[in-house]
Amino acid sequence: MQDFLNIVIGGLLIGGIYSLISMGMSLQYGVAKVMNIAHGEFLMFGAFITFTLQEHGVNPLVSIIIIAPVTFIAGFILYRTVFTTIRVRADNQGVFEGNALLAAFGFYFILQNIGVLIWKSTPKSYAFLNSIWKLGGADIFQNRLVAAGFAIGLGILFYIYLSTTRSGKAIRAAAQDAPTAGLMGVNINFVLALCFGFGAAMAGVAGSLISICYGITTTMGLGYTLLAIVVVTLGGLGSIPGSFIGGFILGIIGTAVGYINHSSYTGLTVASYYVIFIILLLVRPKGLMGK
Amino acid sequence: MHLLQGEKVTVAFGGLTAVSEVDFHVDKGEILGLIGPNGAGKTTLFNLISAAIPVKSGKITFKDTNITGKKPYQVTRLGIARTFQTVKIFGNLSVLDNVRLAALFGDPKRPSASQATKDAMELLEFVGLQKDPNSPARDLTLANQKRLEMARALAAKPELLLLDELMAGLNHTEVAEAMDDIRQVRDRGITIIMIEHVMKAIMSICDRIVVLNYGKKIAEGTPQEIANSKTVIEVYLGEECITGS
Amino acid sequence: MGLKKLFTAQAAIKWGIPLIILILVGVFPVFHSTYYQTLITFALMYMTLSVAWTIFSGTTGYISLASAAFYGIGIYASALFGEKMPFFLVILIGGAASFIFAFIIGAITLRLRGIFFSMFTFGLVLLAYQVLIWYELTIKNIRGYFVVIQSDNAIFYYLLGLFIITIIVSYVLKRSKYGLALSSIGENENASEHIGVNVTLVKILTFSLSAVFMGAAGAIMATKLSYIDPNIAFDPMISFSPALMATFGGMGNIYGPVIGSVIFYFIQDRLQTGPLQNYYKLIFGAVLVGTIMYMPSGIVGLIQKLQKRISGAKSAPITG
Repeated sequence: MQDFLNIVIGGLLIGGIYSLISMGMSLQYGVAKVMNIAHGEFLMFGAFITFTLQEHGVNPLVSIIIIAPVTFIAGFILYRTVFTTIRVRADNQGVFEGNALLAAFGFYFILQNIGVLIWKSTPKSYAFLNSIWKLGGADIFQNRLVAAGFAIGLGILFYIYLSTTRSGKAIRAAAQDAPTAGLMGVNINFVLALCFGFGAAMAGVAGSLISICYGITTTMGLGYTLLAIVVVTLGGLGSIPGSFIGGFILGIIGTAVGYINHSSYTGLTVASYYVIFIILLLVRPKGLMGK
Repeated sequence: MHLLQGEKVTVAFGGLTAVSEVDFHVDKGEILGLIGPNGAGKTTLFNLISAAIPVKSGKITFKDTNITGKKPYQVTRLGIARTFQTVKIFGNLSVLDNVRLAALFGDPKRPSASQATKDAMELLEFVGLQKDPNSPARDLTLANQKRLEMARALAAKPELLLLDELMAGLNHTEVAEAMDDIRQVRDRGITIIMIEHVMKAIMSICDRIVVLNYGKKIAEGTPQEIANSKTVIEVYLGEECITGS
Repeated sequence: MGLKKLFTAQAAIKWGIPLIILILVGVFPVFHSTYYQTLITFALMYMTLSVAWTIFSGTTGYISLASAAFYGIGIYASALFGEKMPFFLVILIGGAASFIFAFIIGAITLRLRGIFFSMFTFGLVLLAYQVLIWYELTIKNIRGYFVVIQSDNAIFYYLLGLFIITIIVSYVLKRSKYGLALSSIGENENASEHIGVNVTLVKILTFSLSAVFMGAAGAIMATKLSYIDPNIAFDPMISFSPALMATFGGMGNIYGPVIGSVIFYFIQDRLQTGPLQNYYKLIFGAVLVGTIMYMPSGIVGLIQKLQKRISGAKSAPITG
């Protein structure tokens, strides 16, 4: 029972961060139709910038205020320049998605290389809110609770943004049917770039939050990108709430696998995600809440 | 025996029933018109016949063979070919290759490469595109692209041809030419079902008309009967086209 | 199409130049040092992978990132069977195993949208890597395999032979009705299915066919490496390189991937050993992005456009 509680709580906590990352991916792939393999690299940059700032005395939670707009702008500009060009030149949607995928891989290489050049390849970590709370029999690290709280809070904030503001509604319209939304007067180019920017910002912030709880390396990005892709597929393409929920599901599964695995082999978690991906594609590619 | 028969054909997307318990049939040699307001389910019905999407319930038979549940390429090889509402030609292939491809793969008799080329050229002549067979298909005008798509469909040697809004986007002259093309196709012994909004064409060419609205069949009969049908006129409220303009 | 046409200047250039280059390459080992021979061996490998990749991904538009998986299968075929069987047979096994594997993968994923296919194939390489590491670590308790070495000359000529076969198959396929069908699938899969093409079967078979050459290449190259482990065998870069080289060179015809590979491999070799080796992936990525954005038809496409502009002719289709 103790183990079960640990798994569920631990899973939900990491799941909060997974949800944030996946919502970002959902905005980029589900809405802007770019399978952004470099998503995790934005996360890595967020993590390392936080780490570096922390070394200069900046509170990690405060650095989020810097990282969010910076990554947002980076993502926004990236979409407006690279992916819009690709979209304009593509013959059809399939060609666009394929080319966008390759370009995203290109940025994966570029960003990762820059990360390694700046911060080298050795793992880094720092202590922040390291104490453990005992909650109803389960052990919880304070930092993980805070990080999850932030992630979930941002998720809720974003949901409110989507429901109430004009641009939020435009995003929801674009998520359902981008071309039609464009015909209805929505400035589609701007909205899609907005989505991409938000997605990048979510990755960056998630990176900061991860650096609070765990060690980081400059090669950490790809694992999280793949995880986000699995979650987006699980939650359903085009469904942002689906990704949110999917993140928690995968968080619990991942934590459970980690508990069960007694061998020295650490890749089992990644393999389990992949197996889930395969099963999804075979049985229900639409996911839980997809259109 | 009807050439094509559909019994209680139904399909739904999410919560929306796009085609609901539609019975229909076409006899050999007929030109059947399929009309209805936008969103009535006409193209969806074509998609069901050509097996682009699966039926939720109901049965479709072609020449006494049950074709429900088959794949599109199988339906084509059995003898049903179609065109599309938004033209789907292979833009980067040559005009000739667009048609040759259909002759090579869709013709149940599996012609040789040289025979397929002959058949394709003959069809290009039929639609009037024989002049520049090696130019890329994307360079054609819209009217010519539609002709190409029809030639491509015909290359599969169909007994039944489904035409989806062939005349959309054509001017008056082009519409008259298209009407002529359709008659010539019928003269070759091919049965035709055509979705159209251009009433002039439907009324003058079709032997029989089926009317859909919100996925249901609401009327069926000769052009005259349809033109006089109160139900149809109500559905098309405001359209002066029914009485022929 | 008589003999007269065979001797026109155009035909001479089209066939003559590659033939001459091929002959030069063929007699190369007799005259030059092992360094250059190794260089050309690896170049041949990349050329084979790129042409094989283009057979499927260049025509249908489904971007496969599984090349490393099939190559890796070939490598392991060499590791497992190299001691017991003659080289030739090992290569065949590598190719056959890749075919079967690709067939299964294709049957599962090729009915999905292109983007999911790409991600699936990418993940496949990582999964194969994880599974093998786990297997070797926990069950067999070993680390990697030693592979029976073959002579450099044998490797070179086998690879050259494989490359020639790949080119021939690619050419014949492209001129056949299946080549046309593949192009139509890339243009509009729905329409292709409606004119009688069994799209799913064509995709799966072509995908599997391209895997054969990748597996065979892996089986050959393993003997050059002499020691292999999952890291070496399932290196994701082997999935990206053919895609990048073919995109860079141009996927419209056979020359594209070959030219792209040659240029790219030599640049790669210079970069990886020179002062810029820490910037290798950065440059790789930048070229990829630049190519996609500004040169989506590759170098060959660019040259073709220039030719047209000079001669003033109407645009030419990719077939005929």
